[in-house]
Amino acid sequence: MSMRRAVLAVALILGGGAGAVRAARAETLAVAIVNNPDMVTLQKLSPAFTKATGIHLNWVVLPENRLRQRVTMDVATKSGGFDVVMIGPYETPLWARSGWLDKLTNLPASYDLDDVFPTVRDELSYKGALYALPFYAESSVTYYRKDLFKKAGLSMPAHPTYTQIAQFANKLTDKAHGVYGVCLRGLPGMGENMAYITTLVNTFGGRWFNMKWQPQLESPAWHKAISFYVKLLRRDGPPNAASNGFTENLALFAAGKCAMWVDSTIAAGSLYDPSQSTVAKVTGMVDAPVQVTPNGSHWLWAWSFAIPSSSRHEAAAKKFIEWATSKQYIEMVAKDQGWVAVPAGTRKSTYANPAYLAAAPFAPLVAHAVETADTKHPTATPVPYTGIQYVDIPAFDGIGTSVGQDMAGALAGRMSVAQALKRAQRSAKNAIEAAGYGGP
Amino acid sequence: MAGGTKVGGRREGRGWPLLSPAVIVLGIWSVVPLAMTLWYSTRYYNLLDPGRHFFVGLRNYDLLFSDPGSLTAIANSIILVASVLVISLIVGTALALLLNAEFPGRGAARLFAISPFFVMPPVAALIWKNLLLNPLNGLLGWMMGLFGLPVIPWFSTAPMVALIIIVSWEWIPFATLILLTALQSLDSSQIEAARMDGAGPLARLRYIILPHLGRPVAIVVMMETIFLLSIFAEILTTTSGGPGDATTTLTFLVYIRALLDFNVGGASAAGVLAIVLANIVGLFLMRSVARSLNR
Amino acid sequence: MQRSFLSRLTGLAAWFAALLIAFPIIWMLVTAFKTERAAIAVPPLLIFKPVLGSFAAATAQTGYLSFALNSIIVSLGATLFAVIIAFPAAYAMAFRPGRHTQGLLIWMLSTKMLPPVGALVPVYLIYRDVGLLDTRTGLIILNMLMNLPLVIWMLFSFFKDIPAAILEAALVDGVNTRQQMQHLLLPLAAPGIASTALLSIILAWNESFWSINLTAAHAGTLAAFITRFSQPEGLFWAKLSAASVLAVAPVLLFGSLTQRHLVRGLTFGAVK
Repeated sequence: MSMRRAVLAVALILGGGAGAVRAARAETLAVAIVNNPDMVTLQKLSPAFTKATGIHLNWVVLPENRLRQRVTMDVATKSGGFDVVMIGPYETPLWARSGWLDKLTNLPASYDLDDVFPTVRDELSYKGALYALPFYAESSVTYYRKDLFKKAGLSMPAHPTYTQIAQFANKLTDKAHGVYGVCLRGLPGMGENMAYITTLVNTFGGRWFNMKWQPQLESPAWHKAISFYVKLLRRDGPPNAASNGFTENLALFAAGKCAMWVDSTIAAGSLYDPSQSTVAKVTGMVDAPVQVTPNGSHWLWAWSFAIPSSSRHEAAAKKFIEWATSKQYIEMVAKDQGWVAVPAGTRKSTYANPAYLAAAPFAPLVAHAVETADTKHPTATPVPYTGIQYVDIPAFDGIGTSVGQDMAGALAGRMSVAQALKRAQRSAKNAIEAAGYGGP
Repeated sequence: MAGGTKVGGRREGRGWPLLSPAVIVLGIWSVVPLAMTLWYSTRYYNLLDPGRHFFVGLRNYDLLFSDPGSLTAIANSIILVASVLVISLIVGTALALLLNAEFPGRGAARLFAISPFFVMPPVAALIWKNLLLNPLNGLLGWMMGLFGLPVIPWFSTAPMVALIIIVSWEWIPFATLILLTALQSLDSSQIEAARMDGAGPLARLRYIILPHLGRPVAIVVMMETIFLLSIFAEILTTTSGGPGDATTTLTFLVYIRALLDFNVGGASAAGVLAIVLANIVGLFLMRSVARSLNR
Repeated sequence: MQRSFLSRLTGLAAWFAALLIAFPIIWMLVTAFKTERAAIAVPPLLIFKPVLGSFAAATAQTGYLSFALNSIIVSLGATLFAVIIAFPAAYAMAFRPGRHTQGLLIWMLSTKMLPPVGALVPVYLIYRDVGLLDTRTGLIILNMLMNLPLVIWMLFSFFKDIPAAILEAALVDGVNTRQQMQHLLLPLAAPGIASTALLSIILAWNESFWSINLTAAHAGTLAAFITRFSQPEGLFWAKLSAASVLAVAPVLLFGSLTQRHLVRGLTFGAVK
């Protein structure tokens, strides 16, 4: 019997230990965030919050693809693993509809909700109620190297077309010196290559679904857009383009390896910062390229904090997300890191601040891009969904993932564009029918 | 090795109380998740679609088998497991033969040779993916450049090869370790006698050493197959199954369905397929190995 | 003369091969002491001023210590329970085998054939309902289940090497089963139990599937710790290397020191 007793004792110790740890963490929030420089700053400054409120923070830091998967699993199964989750305009209304998020009401007057850009606020609302607070918002733009353009005798227009981008890229590529004409996202993932590719398809006049929810991935617009993308990147892009996501391309551009890069406005803060970028002085920025329609040519995304209804520390969580998205926090970052590094794209007051405008020459362009992104009309033709770089239905998680892999497959030369689109169409059709949309 | 059998021959029944904790625990572990997986595989159940949860019969299986991706995934699993097995056995044998010789610092060299076995899979994958195989700054690319070879963007153009390299690196030490131990137990007088009889090194290898390695090879094959069939972290941290479905194994397909699509029904159908196939392989392997062990 | 030249050549080849295999680990160790810029330099820098900055960056705010503590508790806990459950079972099968012993052994090992991913959703939902998600207890249970078949097999093969006559003599003296296990078998099989436990600890330490998918803020082990570096920001190779060194160092040292004992267990006593 002594063995059984030993087992029991050990079980008690382990169980008791776990219980004790729980109790000690009574006012500790589990916060799931994406790993990027803004979040590193947030972690660094958070002791001020803990000091003021006594609420401790336990960070779970994950790459974007993993964050989305891990947080969705937790929230959808009401597991209560996280008290604060970092999500975007794709998840917020869907999850609010399923009753997985806390409604955010009674925000203090000092929070000044009206200061938040209306386009961003709308994206985080469901049936008129707010369900997430934006930490930073981003759109997409074209970055380019002024020095390389000058050397090649080229000039970048304020509103480039994709045809022009392709011509420039061809001239600027200098593989012997490790300079690639254009860098674009290739890493598969709904928030990675599909975010970019969808804006590309939009401006080429394509759409994900027609008004009857039939997938349109084999339409001429998709063919043209994807063929363009694959041809361009294979001719003038960096090697391994299919493994390059936002962070990889940021590193490439900052190291001087890309002549052009179409991506998030959020990269500007790093690219214009000489301590992080070797091309800070020679980086230029213009609108995202347009082809046949300006609709949906640049995306809108807001990394935001929401509180899962399964959280057991909702009051403390609300305090935290108010603090992290407040004007005061933006000022703290400015004091600590300089104005150029403050969370961008969320508040009008930031863009009215002369100190910020002086430190961030790119600010007006970002504000303009965020304010003009029209999520209701993402392309030339009408669509039954909202969202520029995504389709706001639950099934898009799966569709985005598998189509993303198909596109990466085409980019890597593992299949032709036509084959990739055929597979993509097929999986989109299966998923959308299984989810009960449209149908025969 | 006098048979331990005699002690209990007449007390067979009394073994059960001792066995039961293990049998019950493993029984629950092997039945409950399987039963739930079978049940889910007949339902429409998407975590993102909380309101709808209903019986669909064999529709999930129908979708699974009509999807060409499933066949690719099975083929990828087989390619991965078979290649790594072959590579780790060949390289492992060569290494074991080398490390079995007398030379200065042999103990230290053995430690170096088996060290990858102790490295956790995500670390192995990340180090290879970045430090070694990265086409722009990776060490291997630079070395190949020295020899005038072209830069290979491994994870785009040859993702499966890259994956096989990484996984083989993880499992070569295991094969080496076991084969080396087997070599050490080889009767050296036998080899010496063969040498006296004029048998060359190759003949000794062919007729004395290799036949001695039969059982250890069987063990390596069985153990590695068990672990290789569920390779996961290496794929997750390098290619996420792509590009396209170039590195999507059956295991990873289940993961994609369950945790990226949140399609529990579809994932469960794929899971059932994975379990059935793994058990076919497993039973076949274990029967032969268990027989050779109990000889 | 010729023989010594040949053996020297073999020694050289052996060392070369061993270093080649260990090279990625060595390179990781070297890179961990570089600055981020030095880490991506082409051609690679071999001579540089070692810095500890990457270790500081990899541990600052990342909660490395709590991940490490989880790894230690989970791998030791899982091993302890696996051995406790396996010990009597292996005893019964080794010393009181019946007609079903062989089949039972095969069945036990076959449970390892269940791909963990196939059980993920059920386990996740069960764990949620019983409150085991993101707990060390939950990970201990899973690692115990994953390792149990191997632990039983290994103990079984060690026990079979123990001459039954010793145990039989004790039985005649009127010693009961428990005393037999505790006072005779335990000391006799101690080295075997140690090597079994060793392997189980290493496997649990390196287990990543469950740790990545079932933990959130509390119970993550070092395998979960390292995945945050799988797609990070900007230049990160030195930081990644430092974090990797921190994640594998304990078990690398531990395993290297005890590798002799590992072997016997791994081969189920079939190779001696």
